[in-house]
Amino acid sequence: MTTSIDVGSESLTLRIDDKDVSCRKGDTVLQVARENGIDIPTLCYMEGLSIWGGCRLCMVEIAGSPKLQAACATVCTEGMNISTHSPRLENYRRMIVELLLAERNHVCSVCVSNGHCELQAMAVKLGIDHVRFPYRFPHLEVDNSHDRMRMDHNRCILCSRCVRVCAEVEGAHTKDIKGRGVLAAIIHDLDQNWGESETCTSCGKCVNICPTGALTHRGTAVGEMTKKTTFLPYLTLMREAQP
Amino acid sequence: MNKTITIEGVTRIEGHARITMTLDDNGKVSEAQFHVTQFRGFEKFVEGRPLTEMPGIMARICGICPVSHLMASAKACDDLLAVDIPPTAKKLRQIMNLAQIVQSHALSFFHLSSPDLLFGMDGDPASRNIFGLIRDHPEFARDGILLRKFGQDIIALLGEKKIHPAWVVPGGVNAPLTAENRDLILAQIPAALSRAARALDYFHTVRDHYPAEVDAFANFPTLFAGLISPAGLIEHYDGTLRFVDEHAAPVADLADPHQYPAMIGEAVEKHSYLKSPYFRPRGYPDGIYRVGPLARIILAERCGTPRADAELGLFRTRLGRSPQSSFHYHWARLIEILYGIEMIQRLLEYPDILNTHVRSRARPNRLEGVGISEAPRGTLIHHYRIDENARMVWANLIIATGNNNLAMNRGVLQVAQRFVDGTHLEEGMLNRVEAVIRCFDPCLSCSTHALGQMPLRIELLKPNGELCDVLQRD
Repeated sequence: MTTSIDVGSESLTLRIDDKDVSCRKGDTVLQVARENGIDIPTLCYMEGLSIWGGCRLCMVEIAGSPKLQAACATVCTEGMNISTHSPRLENYRRMIVELLLAERNHVCSVCVSNGHCELQAMAVKLGIDHVRFPYRFPHLEVDNSHDRMRMDHNRCILCSRCVRVCAEVEGAHTKDIKGRGVLAAIIHDLDQNWGESETCTSCGKCVNICPTGALTHRGTAVGEMTKKTTFLPYLTLMREAQP
Repeated sequence: MNKTITIEGVTRIEGHARITMTLDDNGKVSEAQFHVTQFRGFEKFVEGRPLTEMPGIMARICGICPVSHLMASAKACDDLLAVDIPPTAKKLRQIMNLAQIVQSHALSFFHLSSPDLLFGMDGDPASRNIFGLIRDHPEFARDGILLRKFGQDIIALLGEKKIHPAWVVPGGVNAPLTAENRDLILAQIPAALSRAARALDYFHTVRDHYPAEVDAFANFPTLFAGLISPAGLIEHYDGTLRFVDEHAAPVADLADPHQYPAMIGEAVEKHSYLKSPYFRPRGYPDGIYRVGPLARIILAERCGTPRADAELGLFRTRLGRSPQSSFHYHWARLIEILYGIEMIQRLLEYPDILNTHVRSRARPNRLEGVGISEAPRGTLIHHYRIDENARMVWANLIIATGNNNLAMNRGVLQVAQRFVDGTHLEEGMLNRVEAVIRCFDPCLSCSTHALGQMPLRIELLKPNGELCDVLQRD
């Protein structure tokens, strides 16, 4: 027996993991899945920020399509049949996180975010007990030039949350990404030291939404950096409530 | 042509080492060297990291004594911040440091060295180990294991983890002690004191059984170095670094830790990854000195706690103020276990021990900092330089075990010349060569800043390379 809910003429119906769900036109697969208690892992996605689709952890299988689709960036259509978990997806998700771990120097045991890190938690969640790829061990700087905050490129996964929150919520657009591929890196203004940035308002939003120990408060010791992300939905709500 | 005996994989020590002995034509040992065969590289790979991460990173040097590195590193960072940490934080750090000393000393005495004392230097190697102890001396083994547990539990109650707690931070500690945890520790004190006392009672029954070992186990006059409190009491966390001569007469005091390079030089020998620190005013290698429990016992006027002082009185009545044989490290270690337990109790009973102000906050105010503390094995020095953005640019570590390197080498030669007959090898001869190293309780993985378990194989070769005797221990 099903309970029908009137969601208006703009509603769609689809199946996610063999569960019938309905949504509004324009909703993404990720939104609908989470509204229905279906977990899809993400790292770059953050409610209140624009869609980036960069981490590819939220890839799902859609019946009839040979390609995997990023749930965060895929708009629902009528009659879609979606699988969020399968051996193929689990394999890719583990591989993605392993590649993130191998790409830079993620040394959890001595990281200020140890125990409070989304990347670490994701690795645990996906059952990653070893990394099958050779570590690159790049030589990367710690930018400790800002008065209150620190950027450790060794821990950065280039999710771009900081870039988006800085541009879209704070309106400063101090941060951006330079380079491509493994040479990509977060920069401040015209690739200056953070402490020399003229546009940074030192609001600290980037630190709080950074999923790892890449952006932290200065003066924190191992395991001490905890992030507060609850501010973002409130800010978004207030912004949307403006006439 | 000389023959060489190699002890490849010295057993029942922390870390990995090899001993080589060169024989003359009469089969007597003419040279002996203690080689530390591992390399770590911490001083190099901390470069570029923020100073606030230093205690956490440096603690990783060792899984047995991470707390010692936390202390020296945090003190070096306090120096960089130029802060006095809150008095309660200092006491809490002292408690953790003493807990570490108790557990490490228990490991050294019960697990690593006591099999030699209980089963004899020539005992069957198959049972001359911790498992033999558990089988033949279960009460004794249990005391050792529970004394270790006592120390480790305190570390976990303070810092949430037994190994590599992140609790000690630049400026203090990151969480105060709760009344509940204080009471949990205090409740364990009486049993720990009883166990330490039983270990001493036992030690007194066997200590006179080894006159030849006392006579030849690194028994020569050297300087001794260690921290000492302003009142002349034994000290493990703060105080002045003092050098005394073989008569316990003060030779030099290091009033300013920054000036340590004027007193301590670091020589490098080709045969070992372990440096050989020496007392610079006397030159190399005449500036040989020893650190650790025996040095601290010799340096101090007294311990400052009743039971440890009573035992120290017995020690001095029996051996004099400044016994030179490193065999006596064992006794000194047991006295320090007693002292550590008593002192933990005293510190926990201070009325301000539960204060919640346990961290001073500051930006780096110096570009160079030095932290000196006493690890179980002796004096530990961390020396850091940072840039104006508080990133490490240089580090130098003088690890407790390194300070004893010259004495260990000379001790190995002394024992080898006394006990090893190159014409016919016996396991007990070579065990004594290892046992003198165990007296110093070296932590080689710490001191070289490695891996793998190597079987012990000693080969005695004829001048033409023909194998004439071999001893194998898996």
